[in-house]
Amino acid sequence: MKKYSIYLSAILGSLLTLSGCGNQDGKTTSNGALASNNAEKVYVAPGEQDEFYAFMSGGYSGNLTVYGLPSGRMFKEIPVFSQFPTSGYGYSEETKPMLNTSFGFIPADDAHHPDISQTDGELDGRWIFINGNNTPRIARISLSTFETEEIIEIPNSAGNHSSSFITENTEYVVAGTRFSVPIPQRDMPIKEYKGNFKGSLSFISVDPEDGRMDLKFQVLMPGFNYDLSHPGRGKSHGWFFFTTYNTEEANSLLEVNASQNDKDFIAAINWKKIEEYIANGGGTTMPTNYAHNVYDETTHTATSTMKKEVLTIDPTKVPGAVYFLPTPKSPHGVDVDPTGEYIIGNGKLSADLTIHSFDKMIAAIENKKFDGEAYGIPILKFEDVLAGTVKSGGLGPLHTEFDGEGNAYTTFFISSEVVMWKLGTWEVIDRKPTFYSVGHLMIPGGNSKKPFGKYVVAMNKITKDRYLPTGPELEHSAQLYDISGDKMELIYDFPTHGEPHYAAGIPASLLAPKSQKIYKLAENEHPFAVKNIPDAKVVRDGNTVHVYMAMIRSHFTPDNIEGIKVGDKVYFHITNHEQDFDVPHGFMMIGANTSGLLIMPGQTKTTLWEPKQEGVWPFYCTDFCSALHQEMQGYVRVSPANSNIDLSWSVGE
Amino acid sequence: MKRASIIMIVGSLCLLGLFAFPLWNIMLGAPQYPDPLGMNIHITGIQGVSEFDLQNIDGLNHYIGMKTIPKADEMWEFNVFPIVIIAMVILGLLLGGLGFIGKIDHRYFLGWFVLMSVLGIMGMYDFNLWLTDYGSNLDPHAIIKVINEDGTPMTYKPPLFGYKKLLNFDVSSMPATGAWLMFIGMTLTLVAFFIGWKSKQSSSSDTNHKPATP
Repeated sequence: MKKYSIYLSAILGSLLTLSGCGNQDGKTTSNGALASNNAEKVYVAPGEQDEFYAFMSGGYSGNLTVYGLPSGRMFKEIPVFSQFPTSGYGYSEETKPMLNTSFGFIPADDAHHPDISQTDGELDGRWIFINGNNTPRIARISLSTFETEEIIEIPNSAGNHSSSFITENTEYVVAGTRFSVPIPQRDMPIKEYKGNFKGSLSFISVDPEDGRMDLKFQVLMPGFNYDLSHPGRGKSHGWFFFTTYNTEEANSLLEVNASQNDKDFIAAINWKKIEEYIANGGGTTMPTNYAHNVYDETTHTATSTMKKEVLTIDPTKVPGAVYFLPTPKSPHGVDVDPTGEYIIGNGKLSADLTIHSFDKMIAAIENKKFDGEAYGIPILKFEDVLAGTVKSGGLGPLHTEFDGEGNAYTTFFISSEVVMWKLGTWEVIDRKPTFYSVGHLMIPGGNSKKPFGKYVVAMNKITKDRYLPTGPELEHSAQLYDISGDKMELIYDFPTHGEPHYAAGIPASLLAPKSQKIYKLAENEHPFAVKNIPDAKVVRDGNTVHVYMAMIRSHFTPDNIEGIKVGDKVYFHITNHEQDFDVPHGFMMIGANTSGLLIMPGQTKTTLWEPKQEGVWPFYCTDFCSALHQEMQGYVRVSPANSNIDLSWSVGE
Repeated sequence: MKRASIIMIVGSLCLLGLFAFPLWNIMLGAPQYPDPLGMNIHITGIQGVSEFDLQNIDGLNHYIGMKTIPKADEMWEFNVFPIVIIAMVILGLLLGGLGFIGKIDHRYFLGWFVLMSVLGIMGMYDFNLWLTDYGSNLDPHAIIKVINEDGTPMTYKPPLFGYKKLLNFDVSSMPATGAWLMFIGMTLTLVAFFIGWKSKQSSSSDTNHKPATP
């Protein structure tokens, strides 16, 4: 009865609000009506599709999640740097090499900053890149298969944080180190950090045809922390900007010791100058060791190659290549506006934003107006490069995105809000709270020449949220704001997986039509693929047994196998013969010490089973595939190690 | 009569569209297939609307015990139909040409139309026989056997023309571009007949009413 009266009063209350606001002119003023208006903005009706894809970094999950905007619905988790038992990524024999590094196999990482490939400064939707922060790596993910195709390890790096941002024609994906380290690594006292450690900034070329990555050169910078970076665009194309902190070069208690200098630097790197220097024979080849892992879509198999050299660049040897722009208060994000003129330093311990002018920077360089140097790198005068300051009234700016209409949007972690301000006049237009403590924000295309300024997504850093509680551990939370009007409008909250450090959005119309539906069986070149079902077989080679298996609705071929012995290593190489969209089959074997497999139409995957006990052991399809899915099963007879039962296999006998 | 003969030639050439476009189209949609599966029936064989549609239709049909969709060399029709069409095109061109030079009159055009209509009806009849066999000649060991209310086994004959619900599938069967071109071509030959007829009438009346020249 009590509940009933609450409902009743809620209904009455909402009726009152509705009748009170006078909705006839279509302009809504009351909160209730506004909320229903906002509900319409995020409501994507059943059968309808979202306007944008949003790719959210999965943070410590090591993966990348795919969302729709404005609905906030999660579509997929793409495994990147972490083993993913759902599909068998990192467990299957084909994908284990993807997670190989110079440290051996690594099952997880901390994924940070996704960035979509560009042509002429605009999103082209071919690939998305993301960095592994902990064990420095860059991954390239296909935006037609939505699968990780390549992972390259970054040597001489540690805390691969100012990554993975791309230049305006995807010439390079850039990866900078957060932690400076001895280069090359060696046994030395930590206290001797200052002046001895170095920070590497890596430029990885991207083949315009197939996207293959190649570590072209590393700039070995002074031992600061290189926090974030972004490319120049338009007139500043050819430059890359990195924020630094800990220019104090402290090696302990950084929260105090790296916060002493009033200003740190934004490092401006002219990579075209460095390219010229290299073309003229510059640079030093240094021995090193790093993994380059490539997944081949036709063999459905990854290979890992160890690379042994890297070309290093001493920035003091390349005149005109590197300058420091003094920037207050340990800047975190560095963001370049769509015109390429403004370089925004988000001083994270400050209330203000510092905006540098690219034109002024070039003028200062031409006039050689330097304010000293650091380790031989010229420092420009703060006043000479300053375009303006945004007096925000907020605290702790971290990141800025752009709407393409002259406005910028900056997150403030400490004051937990998004502030909208105008480029050029630096006036604050609007501010809206976030729930709670926002880190990154994302406007689709918001870091390109051509943003799609309809929504901004704020990604919160603190897992405290406004949902039903789920014990001590929570997912993160995001807010969606409509920015199509003069002011921001908070229209939605939705949870996000892992801790999203940045996201990349793109209009659905650029990706959805080319999303691949199946793999063609005719193009499958996996060495253990069964291309014709009657060719399915079982082959013994000593203690190793290869099962060449096929699956189609709804049976395995073969589904009865005898002659397996305790102590064998049994590899199930399973090919899905479906050529129909969304008919994957799964595979799990009782007692297998690994994940199951999820095999897409036309694909071959391999799992290893080492039977430990005699008996007759079943396997089955784990992905409901048809009305006869429950019938999709089989048996393997396991005999003693000294048994002389012949290997045999069959289906339907 | 020259105009009629040209129309006759154009009309019979329209039949060549059957070599480029499908004669008939059958689409199968279901809740699980928001993008429907489909087959295009050409005079030379059956093709999927999308690359793997035939394979996927066969995959579904095996549950209810239907035979696989015949390949081009498994049905005599796919050898004979192209020959018949070519023969009719040649015959049409010949009649048109003879009409143009005044060797024959418009009644031959009508003759062609009647012959083509008879052949077309025979073709439809044959096609319907195949559809009936395809939909009702089922494997007795089929996985799914559905019994009608009257106790007879359900059959799965797609409609010859129009729409039908078969279990979870919405099946539609319609003439496709090739057939529409053929219908247009046949209509043109009929038009050719009428124009030939009219021009003959008017020319004979012209002759009758021509004032005597001095």
